[in-house]
Amino acid sequence: MFNKDSWQEIFETISKNKLRTFLSGFTVALGIFIFVILFGFGNGLKNSFQEFFMDDATNVIRVFPGRTSKPYQGFESGRAIEFRNDDLAAIKDNFRFQVQYITPRITRNTTVKYKNNSNNYGLRAVAPAHAAAEKTIMMKGRFINQLDVINKTKYAVIGRLVEIDLFESEDALEKFVNIGNRSYKVVGVFQDDGGDNEERFVYIPYTTNQLVEKNTDKLDQLIIGFNPAIGYEGSLLFEEKLLRFLKEKHHVKPSDPKAINSRNIADQMNKNQQFGTALQWIVTFVGLGTLIAGVIGISNIMVFVVKERTKELGVRKAIGATPRAVTLMILQESIFITTAAGYIGLFTGIFILKTLGTSLAEDYFIKNPYISIGTAIFATITLIFFGAIAGYVPARKAARIKPIEALRSK
Amino acid sequence: MIKIKGLHKSYRIGKNSLHVLKGINFNVEEGEMVAIMGSSGSGKSTLLNIIGMLDVADEGEYTLDNIEIKDLDETKAAKYRNRFLGFIFQSFNLINYKTALENVELPLYYQKVPRKERQEKATQYLAKVGLTDWIKHLPSELSGGQKQRVAIARAMAAEPKVLLADEPTGALDSTTSNEVMQLIQEINDEGKTILVVTHENDIANMCKRIVQLKDGVIIEDKIVEQVRALAHV
Ligand SMILES: Nc1ncnc2c1ncn2[C@@H]1O[C@H](COP(=O)(O)OP(=O)(O)OP(=O)(O)O)[C@@H](O)[C@H]1O
Ligand SMILES: [Mg+2]
Repeated sequence: MFNKDSWQEIFETISKNKLRTFLSGFTVALGIFIFVILFGFGNGLKNSFQEFFMDDATNVIRVFPGRTSKPYQGFESGRAIEFRNDDLAAIKDNFRFQVQYITPRITRNTTVKYKNNSNNYGLRAVAPAHAAAEKTIMMKGRFINQLDVINKTKYAVIGRLVEIDLFESEDALEKFVNIGNRSYKVVGVFQDDGGDNEERFVYIPYTTNQLVEKNTDKLDQLIIGFNPAIGYEGSLLFEEKLLRFLKEKHHVKPSDPKAINSRNIADQMNKNQQFGTALQWIVTFVGLGTLIAGVIGISNIMVFVVKERTKELGVRKAIGATPRAVTLMILQESIFITTAAGYIGLFTGIFILKTLGTSLAEDYFIKNPYISIGTAIFATITLIFFGAIAGYVPARKAARIKPIEALRSK
Repeated sequence: MIKIKGLHKSYRIGKNSLHVLKGINFNVEEGEMVAIMGSSGSGKSTLLNIIGMLDVADEGEYTLDNIEIKDLDETKAAKYRNRFLGFIFQSFNLINYKTALENVELPLYYQKVPRKERQEKATQYLAKVGLTDWIKHLPSELSGGQKQRVAIARAMAAEPKVLLADEPTGALDSTTSNEVMQLIQEINDEGKTILVVTHENDIANMCKRIVQLKDGVIIEDKIVEQVRALAHV
C-alpha cells in the first residue's frame, strides 16, 4: 500500500482537512520547538556558567585581611590585620611544596590620563604571578616582571578597553600615561575572557605602589596558586594550615572568624560543577517532560481524529477498504504530519537559537544557546515514533469496527 | 444469483436478545429487481445488510453468485463487497470532503485501478447519471437528488453483480424520487440484479417482484407488473 497512489490519496485527505492537519501538526511542531528552545537555553546557561569560572585559574586561594573580633595575647579585639612583604616570603618558606606561586594584590581606584583623555579605573598593584592567577592574556608588550618589582619601576600594563578609551586609535605601547599624577610607561596591553570589567584594569608593580604610598610595605590581599598535584582535598587542608599559620604570625586567636578570611576557588569550583550537573539534569528533565506532553498531545488528537472519521471509515469499508488499508491510511497520515511538523518545529527552534546567539548573555546569562543535532534528531524521531503509535492504536480499533456500526455512527 | 436458506439474526441489547430474522428463505435470480417491504422494525435493513456483508447472520446459508459466504473475516468481506456489491443508502453516505468525481473514484481506488483509468471511468458513470457538469462539486454543493445520483454512480463504478438500495428515495421528494427510480430501473434494464428496501408502495411497484417481511419471516412473495418511473412525471 506504500505506493504513489496511496500517498496521493493521503495528500488529498490532508490538504482537504486543513484544520485537522493543522491541529495535529501544530502540537508536534510546538512540542519539538519548545524542546529545542529549552534544551538550547539550558546549554546556553551552561556556556555562560563555564565562562564565569573558567576565566580565572582554579588552583587559587585568596586570603584577605580583616579585623579581629576576639582579644588575644594582650591585643584588644577590633584590631586591623595588615599583611606585609615578609608574609610573602614566610608563606613561601613554610609551604614550599604546596605553593606554586604567590602574589599580593593592592587595589586602588585611580584616574588615568593620556593627553586630553582621562578616566577612572581600578588599579592593581601586583607581582608577576598575578597574570597566572587571573589568566591574563597579553595582546601586546609584556606583563609586570620580577625586575620591575625589584627596581620599583614606573611601568604599567593596561587593559584592552583602557587603551581604547584613552588612546582611541593610537598604539599605547611605550607611551606615557599619568596615573595618580605620576607618569608611567605602558609596557603591555592585556585582554581577559572574564568580560568587559576585567579589561578596565591597570596593573603596576606592587613595590612601586608601596613606594608611592610613603614607602610602606603593606599588602592588601594575597593570592596563592597552589600546586595542582595536591588535589581538591589537599587544597582544603592547605587552606586550613595556611590560615592557622597566618593567624599565629599576626597574633590572632585561632578561633577568630573575622580577622583573616580566605576563599578557595577550587572549593567554589567544586560546588559550581555540582550546580552545573544539577542544571543539566533539570534541562534534561524539562526536555523529556515537554516530549512526553507532546506525545500525549498527539495521542489525544489522533483519538479525536479517528473518532471524528468513524463514519467516513465505515463508508470506505462498505465500498471495499480492507482493515489493513484503513489502518495504513491513518498511520501514513499521522506519520506524514508528525514528520513534516516535527521538522518545521526543529528548524524553527534551531533557527531561533542561532539568531539569539549572545543577545541574552548580558541579562539572562544564556550565551550561544545550542542543541546538538543528535539530541534534536533524537527528539524528533521520538515524537514521530510515538506519533505513529498514537495513530496506530485508534486506527486499528477503527479498522476493526464492523462497517455497519461505523456507518451508524454520527 | 442470491440463495438464502434458514437465515437467523438476533441483536443483543443488554441482557435481552431481540430475534429479528427468524428463518428467511429467499432466492434472487440474475437481472431481477426485488422490493423488500414491511413495517418499521420488521428487519428489512438487517436482511439487506447481511446480504451486503456489512453484518453477519447468526445462522443459515448464503450463496452469492455461486460463492458460499461463510466464516467471513473483515478483509475477505471487504474484498467481496468491493467486487460484487454496490450500495445505495438513504443518507447517501458520500465523503463530504471529496468531490463527486473523487467519491465515485473511491471503489476503483480500492480495486487498485490506476488513477487515470479511474478518473475516466468515474467521469463516464457520472455522465450516465446526468452529472457531467457537477463532477468537481462537493456533496455540500449538491441537492439531495444529485447526491443520490452520485451515490448511484459510485455504486455502479465498481461494476458490481448486485446493487443494494436501502430506502434510496427515503430522503427525497416525490419528483426526485421518480428520477432516482428511473435511473435504477435503467440500470436494471441493462441486466443488473437490484434489491430495494422500501416501505412505499409506489416505489415497490416500480420493481418486478415484492417480498413482504413481517415478524422476521417472509409472509408474501409476488411478481408484479413493473410501473415505469417515467409515467409519473
Ligand atoms: N445494531 C442493533 N442493535 C440492536 N437492535 C437493533 C440493531 N439494529 C436493528 N435493531 C433492531 O432490530 C429490529 C429490525 O431493525 P431493522 O433496521 O432491520 O428494521 P427495518 O425493517 O429496516 O426498519 P425501518 O423501516 O425502520 O428501517 C428493530 O427492532 C431494531 O430496533
Ligand atoms: Mg431500515
